[in-house]
Parts: sequence; structure tokens; C-alpha cells
Amino acid sequence: MASVLLDSINKNYGQTSVLRGVSLSIADGEFLTLLGPSGCGKSTLLRILAGLEMQDAGTVSIGERVVDGLRPKRRDVAMVFQSYALYPHLTIASNMALPLRMRQLSALQRLPLLGGLLPGTERIVAEIETEVTRTATLLGIGHLLSRKPGQLSGGQRQRVAVGRAMVRHPAVFLMDEPLSNLDATLRVQMRAEIKELHQRLGVTFVYVTHDQAEAMTLSDRVAVMLDGELLQVAPPQDIYADPDDRRVAEFIGSPKINMLEGVVRERGLIDVAGSTLPIEADALAGAHLTLGIRPEAFHLADHGGQGALTGSVRMIEHMGSDLFVHLDLAGIDHPLIARLLAERTPDIAPGQTLHVGVRPDRVLLFARDGQRLLFARDGQRLRREVESAGASITPIRELAR
Amino acid sequence: MSEPLALSSGSEAPSATDGARTLPSLTASLRRSRTLTEALTAWTLAGPAVFFLLVLFFLPVIGVFVIALTDWQFGARTLSFVGLANFREAFADGGFRTSLFNTVIYVLIVVPGTLVLGLVIALLIESGKSCRPFYRAIHFLPFMATMTAMAIAWEALLHPTIGLVNQTLAAIGLPTANWLRDENTALPVLAVIGIWQNLGYAMILFLAGLKSIPKDLYDAADVDGADLWLDRLCTVTLPMLGPVSMFVVIVVALRAFECFDTVKVLTQGGPGHASEVLLYTLYRESFEYLRTGYGAAIAVVFLAIVVTLTLVQTRVMDRKVHYQ
Repeated sequence: MASVLLDSINKNYGQTSVLRGVSLSIADGEFLTLLGPSGCGKSTLLRILAGLEMQDAGTVSIGERVVDGLRPKRRDVAMVFQSYALYPHLTIASNMALPLRMRQLSALQRLPLLGGLLPGTERIVAEIETEVTRTATLLGIGHLLSRKPGQLSGGQRQRVAVGRAMVRHPAVFLMDEPLSNLDATLRVQMRAEIKELHQRLGVTFVYVTHDQAEAMTLSDRVAVMLDGELLQVAPPQDIYADPDDRRVAEFIGSPKINMLEGVVRERGLIDVAGSTLPIEADALAGAHLTLGIRPEAFHLADHGGQGALTGSVRMIEHMGSDLFVHLDLAGIDHPLIARLLAERTPDIAPGQTLHVGVRPDRVLLFARDGQRLLFARDGQRLRREVESAGASITPIRELAR
Repeated sequence: MSEPLALSSGSEAPSATDGARTLPSLTASLRRSRTLTEALTAWTLAGPAVFFLLVLFFLPVIGVFVIALTDWQFGARTLSFVGLANFREAFADGGFRTSLFNTVIYVLIVVPGTLVLGLVIALLIESGKSCRPFYRAIHFLPFMATMTAMAIAWEALLHPTIGLVNQTLAAIGLPTANWLRDENTALPVLAVIGIWQNLGYAMILFLAGLKSIPKDLYDAADVDGADLWLDRLCTVTLPMLGPVSMFVVIVVALRAFECFDTVKVLTQGGPGHASEVLLYTLYRESFEYLRTGYGAAIAVVFLAIVVTLTLVQTRVMDRKVHYQ
């Protein structure tokens, strides 16, 4: 078991900068997910951690040992690939035994016929077989050991890939989108199995995905990446409810968070989409802000006016217990999506005018540069000065320091 | 299908019972005529190919089989059936047996030689970064060239006194030889030329095979600890090239069995019978000695070898290298 430390990692491909100063500390036994859209550099970061690629600058440490320049096999990591990367010519047993054979047998001992005659080979091979059988039984693939990967289903192959990583008890498990080749049902099932596996093994997992559902359900902490930068590292609930950055708020959550432009009218009041919401912001009157409101922060209101938004219903999506109501608001070009409880919502039809109230404590405020602005919440207030309305607002991270 | 059934189950109209009799027969005849039209279209489309296959391939093959059972001599007006006498004569004839033996030796040198060298060159080209197209082209050229012309070039190179090969050997103090006139060297030298000719073809196939190996497998091998050159080769590269290697072995073996040009131009099967191969014997018996019946028997033996090789490829080895 080991902690992982990535310090100021930079990586360029020619002129293209793929990773820019990424620093990340992963605790021993933690399940950390690197989440981001395609091309954000998350897989590259994982490959650098595995030793399959070299960073241009920065340091990688595993278990307090700097591993820069070490080959993957010397880093004590195991990796599960998106394509599973099973050797098609080997049986499942041989696939799973390979990492152990490579480590425990010498080059001579691995020779096809002669190797078996050398002292010690037989004992080590027997040990390897025992370990492979034990792991395979644990994963429920014990009956498949004599088959070839081509004869297995996607889910079974995935288990074999996990098994091949497990047999040698690595300090860190690396998983590169291991579920993306599976169908939706199997993906949910395997997700639960991976979570269970992590709890049982208790070793450090670094998991790469572009699927926020996987990231939110599996992880102890999620690291959101975008354009080669690490935007935020936090537990899933914080990433969702308390994002540091507008891009994080927009990436997480389905349907997407509503982003509305607003202007501070006076202390405690913000004008937005023709209404005024009672929201406390540490900004002077006239400051322009973006309000991020999750669809579930809305509730049905009896009338418009202060504290509510009014719009006409464009579309209704029935989700069983909830409704996703798309509302056209005056002066806003994209519809606002509100998630309302189906049982508390009377029959509504497209074209109808609807009032929705907003819980002020659920509104996220962002400065124009996308940085999050905190406001009074739960009696805790972050004191800050804003020099002028709408002007540069000190980023929250600097404040936190 | 459901339509006539629905109609026949109707009870109110007397015509329904008639319909039950006539409609299925109508549908059946419609179906028959549709099948007929389909068959006609199929034969019209396949017709030209079938015709040429028959005329250019199957009929000549049958002809060869028939002639092999006769004592026909090219140009003769009469012939008589002699049964398997031509085959008995061939296998009793020391010349034919030598020719068959030489052919097998030739194939046994050319196939492994081409396979190993083709793979090594493909691996070298793939591992380097510069001048790849150039290396590919120069190794592929012999395969594209006319073998008869190339054979003449080789004759000049191998000339006992003014040839570049002997001059080079003499210059560095090594013994020289009359390569094409010495019974110990004639066949091996022809085999080396055979390797040279097929090398580029094998190399191109191996290069394509190397390109199709998923990079993930090398990454997995790296993480699993198979990161040394030889380990990677044995764990990933060679097994993944299995299907390509099988194809190369069969194709090169077939081409090696068909060896004729170089023998005709360089040695004419000599000295003695030292470099006589199956196709050259066939040619000489049929077109120099005009013993067409006997030549046809050799052609049948040759055909049997080629067909067996092809069957081996499709039946046995195909299954072992495709990992299904």
C-alpha cells in the first residue's frame, strides 16, 4: 500500500501542452478519480504515473519513493486498460500468471522446456498457479481459466483484466476507463464490483473516467481536469455542491447547472432575468456576477416577484418521481431547467406561465473569470473586500491561503 | 404466409373455401417463379466468371489428369491409355526423385530464410524512425522485378572470374567458387536468390502485421514486467504476428515450389541434376523431350503438393494462430 504524490507535472506533445503544472496528493488506500472530458490529459497523467510515459517536468512519488525514470514494473503499480489488453494467444490462466512469471521466474526458468528442469521452477510455478486460481475464484472466473480471451464476454474479460492486476498485490491500482466498453447494465454492475474490490483490498486506486456517474459513485475524492489543468480535488458531494470553478459546476451534474447572468442591486439583492433574488454577495452594487443554480434548487412558487423567477414552459420531461421543466425566461436565450417533484406539481402544459422559487443558499455565485465567490452561509462568512463593482475579484483559492 | 391462412379461415362466403384451395397454390406458383427469377439472375451474374473458370481452369486441369493417364507425345496423332504407368515410371526414375528432393530442399531453405529475414528487416524498419519508405522500397523491389532479368544480373554477379561476388571474396582473402557450376553450391545459391526475391513481400506483410498490433498490449506487457526487448518480442510481437507468419509461410512455400525462372536461366538444372526442380523437370519432359503424358503426370504430382499446402493452411494451422 502506498500514497501517491504528483508534483508540478508538465507534459507537452510538440507545441501542444497536455498537462500544465498538475500537483496532486493521493492518500494511502484512497480511491481517487481523475474526471474530465476527452483530451483533458487525464489518461496522460495516469500513464505518467504508471511510467508508460515520461513527464517533461515535475516529480512522481509512490509510497514516498521518487519513481521518475523507473520502468513501470519497478513502480509496483498495476493497470487495467480500457481495451483490457489481454494477450489473445494465452489462456486466461496464463494471462493472469504472466505478471507473476515475469517477476518470480528468471529468464532461464521461463524457457519453454528447459526452464522446468531448473531447480526451484516447479515450486514457483505451483505457487503462481495457486495464486492465480485463488484470485480467479475470488472474481468468479475460476471456471474460465483454460479459455482464451476471444471466447469470453466483455464483462468476463474485464474481470480477467482486473484479476491480472490483482494477482501480484500492487501498491497502487491504475484504471483507465475500464468500464467504457461495457453495456449500460453491466457497467453499473461492474461499478459496484470495483467499489467492493477497493473496500476489500484497501489499496490506493487511481481511476480515470469521463463518466461523472462513475466518478461520483466510486470515489473518495474526485479530481476534475480540464485542458491539462486540475480544477478541483474534493469528495464527490463537495464537487457537486461546492465547486470552486464555473467549469467544474458545469461539467458535473445532469441536467447541467443553470447559469444566469445577474447584477448586484444592493447588499443582499441580485437582479436576474427580470426578477430580484435575495442573495447575499460580497460584491458592491452594480457588480456583474453569474448565478449557478442546480435544477433541484428550484421549487414551485404560487406567484412571481421577489425570490422567484417567472417564465413560460417550453418542454416537460417526465422522469417518474421528478419532472424536468424547461422554462423560457425573459432576456435569456437558453432555457432554464427546473427539477420539480412530480407529485407536488399540478398539471402543467407547454406555453403556460410558471413561477419557480429559488433557495438562496443553493445558489452558487461566480465571478466573470469563472472563479467561485463565497457568500454568507451557515453563519460562516468569508470576509473579503471588493475594490470596485464588477472589477477584479480575488479568486477564492488565494483567499483560502 | 398469413394472408391465405386468414382468408381460408373466413366462414361467411362460399368463395372462401375456393380461395383456400386456389390461393395457396397461387402463392406457391408465385414463389416458384420468384425462385426461378432469382436463380436466373444469379447465374447471369456469375455466368461469365463460371465460364472462364471452366474453360481456363477446370477443363485444363481435367485435361492434364486425362493426359497423365496416356502415353501421348506432343504433336502425335495417336495415343493410348496406359493407366498409372507414367506415375510408376516417375517414382521409379532417379531423375524425378532427385528433382522432387531438390525442390523440397529448396523450399526448406527459402521458406525459413524468407520468414526470419523478412521479420528481422520489418522489425528493424519499424524500430527506426528515419528513411522508412526508402528501406521499404529497396527491399520490396526484387519482388516487383522480372525474375528472368534479375537472374541475368545474378549470373553476372556470380560469374566465376569477373563476378562481383568472387572478386569481393578474393579481395578479403576468402575462398571463391564457381557458384552455379558446382553441384554443392548450385542449389543453395538458387535458394539464396529465392530468399532475396521473396524477402520484400514477407517484409511488407510483416510490417502490416506489426502496425496492427494494439499498442495497449505493449503497455500491458511493460506494466506486467515483460519490458525487455526479448520479453516483448516473445510475449506480444511474435504471437500477434502468428496469422501473418502463417500466411507468409504458405505463400512463400507455394512460390518456392513454383521456382522455375532462375533455374532455367542460370543452371538449366545442372550441373548433372544438382539444381533440377519439379517445375523445370516438368518443362523439360513436356516441351523439350515432348513426353506430354509423362509431363502431365509430374504436373499432377505438383498440383497435389500445392493443393495439400493450401488445405493445410485453411484447415489445420489457421485455427491455431487466430486465437478464437
